[in-house]
Amino acid sequence: MSDRIIKIPNGMIFLFIVVLIYGVSALTEPDFVAGAFGNFLVTFSKVLPILLIVYLVMFFSFVFVKPEMVKRQLGRNSGIKGWVYAIIGSIVISGPSYVLFPLLGELRKEGMKYSLIAVFMSNRNVQLAYLPVIAYYFGWRFSFVFAFYVLAFSLLTGMLMGKVMRGK
Amino acid sequence: MKIATQKTFQTVKTSLPIVVGILMLLSYLGPILEKYYSKVFTGNYIIDPLVGALAGSVSFGIPVASYVTGGELLKAGVSLLAVTAFIFSWTTVGIPMLPLEAAHLGKKFAIIRNAINFVAAILIAILTILTLKII
Repeated sequence: MSDRIIKIPNGMIFLFIVVLIYGVSALTEPDFVAGAFGNFLVTFSKVLPILLIVYLVMFFSFVFVKPEMVKRQLGRNSGIKGWVYAIIGSIVISGPSYVLFPLLGELRKEGMKYSLIAVFMSNRNVQLAYLPVIAYYFGWRFSFVFAFYVLAFSLLTGMLMGKVMRGK
Repeated sequence: MKIATQKTFQTVKTSLPIVVGILMLLSYLGPILEKYYSKVFTGNYIIDPLVGALAGSVSFGIPVASYVTGGELLKAGVSLLAVTAFIFSWTTVGIPMLPLEAAHLGKKFAIIRNAINFVAAILIAILTILTLKII
C-alpha cells in the first residue's frame, strides 16, 4: 500500500505555500498582490533566458564532460589549476547563484571540490557582463577596488570551506 | 545523449518549482522591505555594513538588480559602506535560497557558506571604503 503513495517533491510543496500566501493576501490586498505578481513576471522573464542557458550548458556538460575530467580539473587533486578554473568560470558565467545551484550540485556529484564551489559562488559580483552597470553607479575606482576584495575573499572563503567540509 | 536528456529533465523538475517559488516570494516581500531601506541605513559607520548585509541577505536576486537598487539607494543618501555590504550579500548570501542551496549542495555547506559570506560582506565593505579613502 505504502508503495502506491506518491511523494510530492519539496520544491512543489514550497511553491504551493508561496502560491497560498498570494491567494490569501489577494483576498484582502488584491492590488498589492497584482503588483507583486507583475514584478514576479518581469523578473521571471529576465531569469528564464539565463535558466535556459544554464540548462543547455548542463545538458552539454552531461554529454561532453566526463566525471574523470571534472575530477581531474576541479576535483580533490586539481591543485592550483582548479582554483584558477573556478575563478575564471565564476567571472565568465553570469547569473545569480540560485540558477547555478543545480549545475554546481551536479558538478559536485562528479567530484568538484567544496572549496572550489565556494570560490565560484563568492565571486558572483565580479562578472564582465555587469561591469558597465557597476561603473555607471559607483565609478571605475570603486569597481576595481571592490572586485579586488571580492576575489581575495572568495579565495579565503574557498579555503575555509575546504577545511570545514573536509572528509565530505 | 538519452542519459544526458534524462539527467537534465530531472534537474529542471527539481529546481524550476523552487526558482519560481523563490522569485514569487521575493516579488511579494520586495515592496514591503523597500519601504524600510531608507529608514534603517542611518549612516553609522559600524551599524551600516551590518544592516546592509542583513538587507542584502533577504533581498537575494539577480546581481544586476543589486547594482541598480544599490545605486538608487546611494543616490537616495544611503552610505556607500552600507550599499557595498548590501550588493555583496545580495548576490552571495541568500536566506530565502537556503532550501535550494541545501537541496543541491547539502545543509552543512549551505549554512556555513552563507555565514562566511555574511561576515565577508561586512569586511569587504569596510576594507573597500578604507582603501578608497587612502588611494
